[in-house]
Amino acid sequence: MFFGHAITAQQLFGQLLIGLINGSFYALLSLGLAVIFGMLNVVNFAHGALYMMGAFVAYFLLHEFGLNYWWALIGAPLIVGAFGALIERTLLVRLRGLDPLYSLLLTFGLALMIQGLFQNEFGASGMPYAIPPQLAGAHNLGFMFLPNYRAWVIGFSAFVCFATWFVIEKTRIGAYLRAATENPTMTRAFGLNVPRMITLTYGFGVGLAALAGVLAAPINQVRPGMGVDIIAVVFAVVVIGGMGSILGSIITGFTLGVVEGLTKVFYPEASNTVVFVIMAVVLLIKPAGLFGKVA
Amino acid sequence: MATAEAAAPSLSVSGLQAWYGESHILHGVDFEVRPGEVVTLLGRNGAGKTTTLKAIMGIVGKRRGSVAFAGRETIALSSDRVARLGVAICPEERAIFSSLSVRENLLLPPRVAPTGGLTLERIFDLFPNLAERLASGGGKLSGGEQQMLAIARILRTGARFLMLDEPTEGLAPVIIRQIGRTIAELKREGFTILLVEQNFRFAATVSDRYYVMEHGRIELGFANADLDPNNMEQLHVRLGV
Repeated sequence: MFFGHAITAQQLFGQLLIGLINGSFYALLSLGLAVIFGMLNVVNFAHGALYMMGAFVAYFLLHEFGLNYWWALIGAPLIVGAFGALIERTLLVRLRGLDPLYSLLLTFGLALMIQGLFQNEFGASGMPYAIPPQLAGAHNLGFMFLPNYRAWVIGFSAFVCFATWFVIEKTRIGAYLRAATENPTMTRAFGLNVPRMITLTYGFGVGLAALAGVLAAPINQVRPGMGVDIIAVVFAVVVIGGMGSILGSIITGFTLGVVEGLTKVFYPEASNTVVFVIMAVVLLIKPAGLFGKVA
Repeated sequence: MATAEAAAPSLSVSGLQAWYGESHILHGVDFEVRPGEVVTLLGRNGAGKTTTLKAIMGIVGKRRGSVAFAGRETIALSSDRVARLGVAICPEERAIFSSLSVRENLLLPPRVAPTGGLTLERIFDLFPNLAERLASGGGKLSGGEQQMLAIARILRTGARFLMLDEPTEGLAPVIIRQIGRTIAELKREGFTILLVEQNFRFAATVSDRYYVMEHGRIELGFANADLDPNNMEQLHVRLGV
């Protein structure tokens, strides 16, 4: 038989859950990348490092200021998002209008610097971050145990993704963003402060990364390398979904997390590469990505 | 009849120069538009008419000289600040956003003045077709509908100085007449309009005064009342093909 071992329901659902968890992080991170790319035409390679910073801010808020997880959920995206806005105002703004390769290299350099600084300061090993007491424990669903915190991460991520999609596609603010993405010159000539919108958009995308970092902290520990580990897969997700597509990045993020989890059950050897194999296939068949528009 | 509540600003342009990248398009443009007037810029393709409108709005690469609204100098302002002074442009390419619905396109420009804008009811009176297409995507409109939307979009913001770039280009006569009626109606309501037109016969139905542009400069200016044979001959020389 192709599968060399029997598969228990426990195993299947367990991996499915892990897949959904990873998918939540993929979705939040690739959504932020899509929002940033759509508006700024910047491939934000610093995204992983900013995700890591989100987790570290949560850690510091708890250990230095006694602010718990729930404060971190609000504070870390705001603090790291403000840091992102500063990056945009001081650095990225100078590269506007140039080939996206320049901003890609800039953000790649920033990622290396941020990660290096954290590694230097905190070492490579992880620091634990406790699950908030309100979300400790688990529920017995009959066929599996569902830890409360993991259910929260999946549900909350899905909610944030949906809310972001809703705001961009269905509201007045979203119409401003879409207009500025399509034709920044005319949007500005109507009286809208497009440069400020660009700064806030970058800050928001970065804030999503930091939020994912806070959510990940109790699951994966807080480590300087956590961003690098996830970012390669996230970029593959973005390529598969189609660069800049909001809905595409959300759906692809969750789906690929699940696909990865299922691969772990059925053919564990391929679980680390399956996303990249799918990326290669998608690039051959639909170079703009599953949800991308051909330029 | 001009509405007193929201006075339209006057425009005074002098020594206006503009560049696109390395190319120097405007070489010192001088003219003025008084409150409540409809003034048309005439001239051949490439004379600098569109660039003049864009330079006034602040959406060219580089500009120099003086552009003043109601005495306020705007040459150093960004286009969003110019817009906030009550200036709006309907560009030649219409710039309807295809990623926005017709309704979103219509409601996109923020209010720049508390009064002086047309209500949506009034706008739908002027352009009944738009009311039926509100839910459509901006990219799904016909050329005429796009032009109506592009004009309608700048009427509700409270901007009282409107710049319309070739609003009749490529449109059917029935729609051209509708746009002509609209401009006449806006003039009655006291809007100030700076028009760019290739179609002199259309411009003559709505304009108070004309300026003829050539090689990035104003070469000739005259009022509708002065349209005598001598002027007409000059016009033919400068606009004729």
